[in-house]
Amino acid sequence: MSNRNGQRSDRESAGLWGRMKVGLEKTRQRISEGFEAFIDFSAVDEQMFDELQAVLIQADLGFDTTERLLDDLRIRVKEENLRGKQEVLQALSELTLRMLETEPGSREMQLSDDLSVILLVGVNGVGKTTSAAKLAWRLKKQGRKPILGASDTFRAAGIEQLQLWGQRVGVDVIHHSQGADPAAVAFDTVKAARARDCDVAMIDTAGRLHTQKNLMNELEKICRVIQREEEGAPHETLLVLDATTGQNALRQAEMFGDALCVTGIVLTKLDGTAKGGITVAVEDQTNTRVKFVGLGENVEDLQPFSPEDFVSALLGEF
Amino acid sequence: MFESLGDKLQGALKSLTGRGKLTEEDVDRALREVRLALLEADVNFLVAKKFTESVRQRAVGTEVMESLTPGQQVVKIVHDELTQLMGGSEHRLNFSSQPPTVIMLAGLQGSGKTTTCAKLARYLKRQGRNPLLAAADIYRPAAGDQLAQLGDQIDVPVLDMSSSAQPEDIARAAVSKARSSGSDTVLLDTAGRLHIDEEMMEELSAVENAVDVHESLLIVDAMTGQDAVNVAEEFSERIEITGLVLTKMDGDTRGGAALSVLDVTGCPVKFVGTGERPDDLQTFHPDRMASRILGMGDVMTLVEKAEQEMDEEQARRLEQRLREDKFTLEDFLEQMQQVRQMGPLDQLVSMIPGMSPHADSMGDLDEAELVKAEAIIQSMTPEERRSPDIIKRSRRRRIARGSGTRVQDVNRLLKQFSRTRDMISQLTKGQKSQAAQKLRNMGFPRR
Ligand SMILES: Nc1nc2c(ncn2[C@@H]2O[C@H](COP(=O)(O)OP(=O)(O)OP(=O)(O)O)[C@@H](O)[C@H]2O)c(=O)[nH]1
Ligand SMILES: [Mg+2]
Repeated sequence: MSNRNGQRSDRESAGLWGRMKVGLEKTRQRISEGFEAFIDFSAVDEQMFDELQAVLIQADLGFDTTERLLDDLRIRVKEENLRGKQEVLQALSELTLRMLETEPGSREMQLSDDLSVILLVGVNGVGKTTSAAKLAWRLKKQGRKPILGASDTFRAAGIEQLQLWGQRVGVDVIHHSQGADPAAVAFDTVKAARARDCDVAMIDTAGRLHTQKNLMNELEKICRVIQREEEGAPHETLLVLDATTGQNALRQAEMFGDALCVTGIVLTKLDGTAKGGITVAVEDQTNTRVKFVGLGENVEDLQPFSPEDFVSALLGEF
Repeated sequence: MFESLGDKLQGALKSLTGRGKLTEEDVDRALREVRLALLEADVNFLVAKKFTESVRQRAVGTEVMESLTPGQQVVKIVHDELTQLMGGSEHRLNFSSQPPTVIMLAGLQGSGKTTTCAKLARYLKRQGRNPLLAAADIYRPAAGDQLAQLGDQIDVPVLDMSSSAQPEDIARAAVSKARSSGSDTVLLDTAGRLHIDEEMMEELSAVENAVDVHESLLIVDAMTGQDAVNVAEEFSERIEITGLVLTKMDGDTRGGAALSVLDVTGCPVKFVGTGERPDDLQTFHPDRMASRILGMGDVMTLVEKAEQEMDEEQARRLEQRLREDKFTLEDFLEQMQQVRQMGPLDQLVSMIPGMSPHADSMGDLDEAELVKAEAIIQSMTPEERRSPDIIKRSRRRRIARGSGTRVQDVNRLLKQFSRTRDMISQLTKGQKSQAAQKLRNMGFPRR
């Protein structure tokens, strides 16, 4: 397994944000191509706003958020009498950043000094299992002692997948057999964490669509069971969102947020060309913060989220 | 599936129907909303623009504007254009005259390739074919195991070499295994990859060069945003994509990205995935889908689904009862149990003409409620079950007590029952006049 894994890790050189930006290069190109059309505009006019609208919508910001940003931009343009492309883009990027503004510390994980339970949830295939492994690896590097719990007892080979990751990152994996009660697995993971002197219990759950009521109830049950075993747990319930997802990500954030106390977001697959623009709307409307981004398939490809880097990768640097 | 896009589109077009005269401004106003609905559904920016422009062009002609029912004409145009956007007519799989036919599945990470492989195998088996699954995802941990387990579940052989074999070797091995073991179709599951990952894209071409691939299906998550178009373009530049499979259509996604892929790459959607079970795969019918989006229902799919899942005996009995208008609470209970096996109720309801607005309220039927319903119905006398209209207050109280529920629960169940009865009689009236066929051709919403 390690040599297979190696095949992919060889290709990492540019640094993570560098790679994300390479991925976003195409978007940026498109954005600047968009601007080529009025690069020598004498006035900042409606046509420019139309172009900007196209660009933002194609970055998945969604119609509402796009319109709000552009309305604000109109005001700024007028008030400050902005004339150049550079100035306009700078203002747009500031306005976007403002939507991502938040209290200090709210993008950090809130772990207890004792035992912390972290639950990963999300729709199918977004990267929960991989993110669980990456996070465990990261916490281990920071001197913590994590343990993984395989509460995805539904998907074929879901358990085996996590076990292999556990071997890779050198972390124990608690599991039952396929079809077992996921809440019972979570319960045992927390217990095992105590018994083995671990300080983080990271629980991977099965992918489920937010519209599946039974399965959402199942998540609530997992939470309740964890709570019963460990007061204040889960300390973090991370919703994993795929950056390739469009407007539906907002529904996911809303509905997972309604069912559980979601404390943060892991935004995966930002190493592609998708910009994850919908997260601007998600942060704005659900008040849930992106805490980490996934930038590849290897353990080290997980980074804390930085709004500045995100926006500059989204809109380009000036 | 596509419901919420439908709601928005229907809303946008509502202002047009039922009016005697239309001006260009009316059409423009409605089309602005149509465009917005498309964008909110993740339809690609340029595709949405093109779509509304072509509707407009057809709609503002004198022929439409001066017809007796201009609004409905516009709706019909939208229906036509939607059908067109979605590929016109059904596109089937290509099979080689010299077996084995090789079907390769490709796509981004997490788009649903492995699950779709199993679903396709199941589908092919139903068609009387003899498929072989081959695991060519050599990267994701336990990907081979996953396919092997799925193969077990559906009783289809799986080639999982799980050594250091390269995907093209696996493809070759699969073809020769198919030959020697009499399999007529090879389904090749490949690793998820990013379209900008040069090395990984090269790997796909290598597979294509190693064996004769007859179908290369691009698996696209229906929740994908605007980037879907870029992804599809890159994939189809590297390999010859012959069709799309949209996955995860059972959620509340509006699925617009996928429609754009079709428009931009010209690859037709061949299947849609509507759940996690191996059975949750449907062939894609653009015209039916367009009808469903515009709230015209999709009786054909409903009937096919029922045929697939209900046991024949039960179906015949139910049909009989429906014809005689003798739908009782007992049938209702049996129905609920059956329907639950067919899929989420809201999904089914939305296939019934004119019912899509009610689909939401029907989604809440869960296990606990079913148990309750069962208890309630069992606490009724045979007479009450046959003619629920006689269940007045005191009977309700008795039934509640007998079943350990509350009177409200009994009320709700009875309400659900009468709603279902109405719905079904609407549906059967349709069947009697072969409305299923007609509805499809009619092209107008019923509301
Ligand atoms: N390029 C890229 N791929 C990723 C990233 N995170 C996860 N993946 C890949 O996405 C695919 C799905 O990841 P999983 O971790 O299995 O996703 P999951 O949410 O656990 O999936 P289910 O349990 O099936 O719902 C795998 O092929 C991962 O390697 C990322 O940040 N970038
Ligand atoms: Mg998983």
